[in-house]
This record gives sequence, structure tokens and C-alpha cells, in this order.
Amino acid sequence: MISVKNINKHFGDNHVLKDVSFEFESGKTNLIIGESGSGKTTLLKVMIGLHESNSGEVDYDDRNFTGMNFNQRKMLRKEIGMLFQGGALFDYMNVEENIIFPLKMFAEQSEEENLERANFCLKRVNLENTNLLLPSELSGGMKKRVAIARAIAMNPKYLLCDEPNSGLDPKTAILIDNLIQEITQEYNITTIVNSHDMNSVMEIGDKIAFIYQGEVWWTGNKDELIRSENQELKDFVFASKLFKRLRQTS
Amino acid sequence: MYRILKNIGEYFLMMRRVFSLPEKKGVFLRQTVLEIEKIGLKSLGIVIIISLFVGAVVTIQTAFNIMNPLLPKYLIGLATRDSLILEFSPTMLCLILAGKVGSNVASEIGSMRVTEQIDALEIMGVNSANFLILPKIIAAIFFFPFLVIISMSIGMFGGWLGSISVDVTTADFLYGLKYQFNPFYVTYALTKTIVFAFIITSVSSFYGYTTKGGALEVGVSSTRAVVYSSIVVLIFNFILTQLLLA
Repeated sequence: MISVKNINKHFGDNHVLKDVSFEFESGKTNLIIGESGSGKTTLLKVMIGLHESNSGEVDYDDRNFTGMNFNQRKMLRKEIGMLFQGGALFDYMNVEENIIFPLKMFAEQSEEENLERANFCLKRVNLENTNLLLPSELSGGMKKRVAIARAIAMNPKYLLCDEPNSGLDPKTAILIDNLIQEITQEYNITTIVNSHDMNSVMEIGDKIAFIYQGEVWWTGNKDELIRSENQELKDFVFASKLFKRLRQTS
Repeated sequence: MYRILKNIGEYFLMMRRVFSLPEKKGVFLRQTVLEIEKIGLKSLGIVIIISLFVGAVVTIQTAFNIMNPLLPKYLIGLATRDSLILEFSPTMLCLILAGKVGSNVASEIGSMRVTEQIDALEIMGVNSANFLILPKIIAAIFFFPFLVIISMSIGMFGGWLGSISVDVTTADFLYGLKYQFNPFYVTYALTKTIVFAFIITSVSSFYGYTTKGGALEVGVSSTRAVVYSSIVVLIFNFILTQLLLA
């Protein structure tokens, strides 16, 4: 479980996160939703220490991340898998090298074992026989799947995904969503997904936090979300005619 | 002024992270070898071409300026040798390398920053500054002296080719090259080269590492890297010359 307590983050005069508190549960796909610029990515970056919060705390299973020094954070980060918006694959490494990289750096095992693990992870994301391709030779969806394979290579306890299906066609986006959910349940990890894609929310939203202007405006699950009367949430979720119709029929 | 001081402070904070023990020595070594190829070997072509022509031009210009029957012709070889060893090969060549290597390093690291590859390294628990920058610094410190020695040799060869066109005999030119040779000049040149190699890679890495934004900012960082590393090289050229030769 990951919990954030009273997180505040300013960029100059811009108060981006306002007293944000939430608990992200293990074995569930926790979603942070909200408009672009609402503070979702900033919250995720505060949680992994890429941004420092001005106040508040982040706990990973009762381990206080905020109070940790550089080396303690480094140790904890080995338990975190992160999926970035653009994949963030290393350009100069092929698919196999990208997945093996964290294993080479931190896992005390032989080259053969590393390769075996890389192949297992690639099989898990349905990308066998792509080992020697460079990131520039992959489609957007393939890049995301390789990034997931790399994120799970070290058997993480926490998986953080920043808009995992942005820029993907609906079919591939659902494929990625389902993959994230399967992995979450299979390994009982704490997964947090940043998204403004309503298809994702309806597909995998076990627990949802709606961020509005830097505040946690609403929390619940996907069924509660459909019935919610919160005006800001309704404006966000039911912006499209399709979802308006869905609300009427439900 | 505030921005300059802030940048200097950030540079030293980054360098503190750069000079820490690598996580895995094997991976670090492999990375260093790759950088030697990228920074060193791939600069060999431009070093040879520039040195050859500059050597020839220096000889021709020197010959043109001392067309005096009272001055011995071997002075042309001597002037070429000293120009190449003292200034062209260590300083001018390093300024050219600041353009080639500096922009390459800054744009490579800058692209990694804006595409979140550096963040990905940090999340994995890797000290990104150490992993990305230290191999580049070591590669440059190790390989730039070789490039400078090659430049001196090729420059003198170019000088000999140039001397043929201005009616200086090979014997005179070679005599000039050897005349009152002071081996300390080479030590001085190599000392400067090592310092410049460090400056070029570390300053360029700093501008790449601190890039914020997108592709446009990567270009800006790359330009800044070349400009500031060249300025710092020139400042240290003056300081080292004062310290070593004055």
C-alpha cells in the first residue's frame, strides 16, 4: 500500500497540489484521474521523489519515503517499476538490453538467468522475438509493452504508470490497460495509473481519485463514478456524448 | 550574475554525484569503452583533416612572413613545430572538439532528459549523473591526449607538404623541427589537453543534464554547452599558460 498525506507542492506562485491525501491499495489498480494540468503527473513525481513536496508525507507500506536520504530512496526505488508516458526506453539499447539493464545493475544473477527473465517478461507482454529490435523500430504500443516488461523485470512491489495509453489507438490502449490489471492481480502489487482516458477508467478503475485544480475532489470506484452527482466530476467524465448516454442508460 | 553563480553551484553539486563509486563496475567499464569509441575514435577523421591543412597553412604563412635572406629557412620548421605543439594542437583542436564532442554530449544527455530516460534511470535506483557523465569524462581524459599527439604529428606532416610548395628543402624543414626542441612543451600541451577534456565533457554534460522542456531546449542546451565550454577552455588556457610557462 502507498499512502500520501497532506501533500502540498508549489512551483513558484503556482500551488499545484493542495493538501492531497489518498491511500493506494495493494492488488488493486488505483487510478488518478483529472484534466490535463490538474496535478496528476506532479503527484506521481512527488511520490517517487522526482519532485520534492513542500509539505506532506509519502509512505510505502509504512516506510516513510519523504524522510529518507538519497541512498535509502535508491534502495526503495528498486522495488518500484515505473511506466512513463513516452515509454522512456533507452534509445541506444535494443529491446532485450533495455529489459536486462535493471537486472544487470542490481540482480545478482548470471547472464543466462537475466536473458531468461527478459524473455519471460517479453512473453508476458506478448512480444516474443523482438529482442534485437531498437526502440526506434517499435510502434507506440510495442514501446509501452517493452516499458511494462522492463518495469516488471525486477519483480516490483509497486507499479506506477503515467498515462500508459496516451497516443495509442483504442484497441491497443485496452490491451495495455488489461495487461496492467492482469499484472497487478497476478503479482499482488500496488499499481497507480495516471489517466484522463475514460475508457481506461471504466476498464480497470478499482479505486479512483479525481484530482481537480490540485485537490482530491472525489474518490470511489468505477461503479460509484457513473452514479456520482459531483458536478466537476460529471463535467470531466461525461464530457463526451457517448459517456452521457452511458450515464443515462445505467 | 545570479544565474552564473547558480549555474556554478549546480555544476559542483552535479559533479559531487558524478564522482561517486559506480554501481556495477562491469557495466561502467563497458559504458566507458563505448564512450571512447563515440568521443575519441569518431573524432579521429576531423582531427586528421584539420591538422593536416592547418600544418600546411602555418608553414606557408610563416615562410611568407620571413622571406628574408638573413633568416635561415629552418626557422619555418621551428615556427611550425612550436605553433602546433604549444597552441594549435592542444587549444585550437580542443576548441574544435568542444564544438563536435560538446554539442554531441549535451544533445545526447538533453534528449535523454526530455524523453524521461534519465528519470527512468533514477527510478531504477541508478545514479544517473554517475552512470551517464563519468564514462564520458574518463573517455575524453584518456583519449584526447592521443588525439592531440596525432594532431601534432599530422600537422608537422602537413607542414612538410606545405614547405615543398614554398621552396624549403626537406632537410631544412626537418632541421627546424628538431632545432632546440624542449620536451616540456609536450608535457605542457598534454597537461592542457587533460584539463580541457575534463572541461568540455563536464560542462557540456551539465547543460545536457539540466535541460528542461522539449526538442527546442535540447538545441539551446547544445549551443550553450559549446559556447560556455569554449569560454572556460580559453580562460583555463590563459591560467595554465601563466602557471606552466611564465
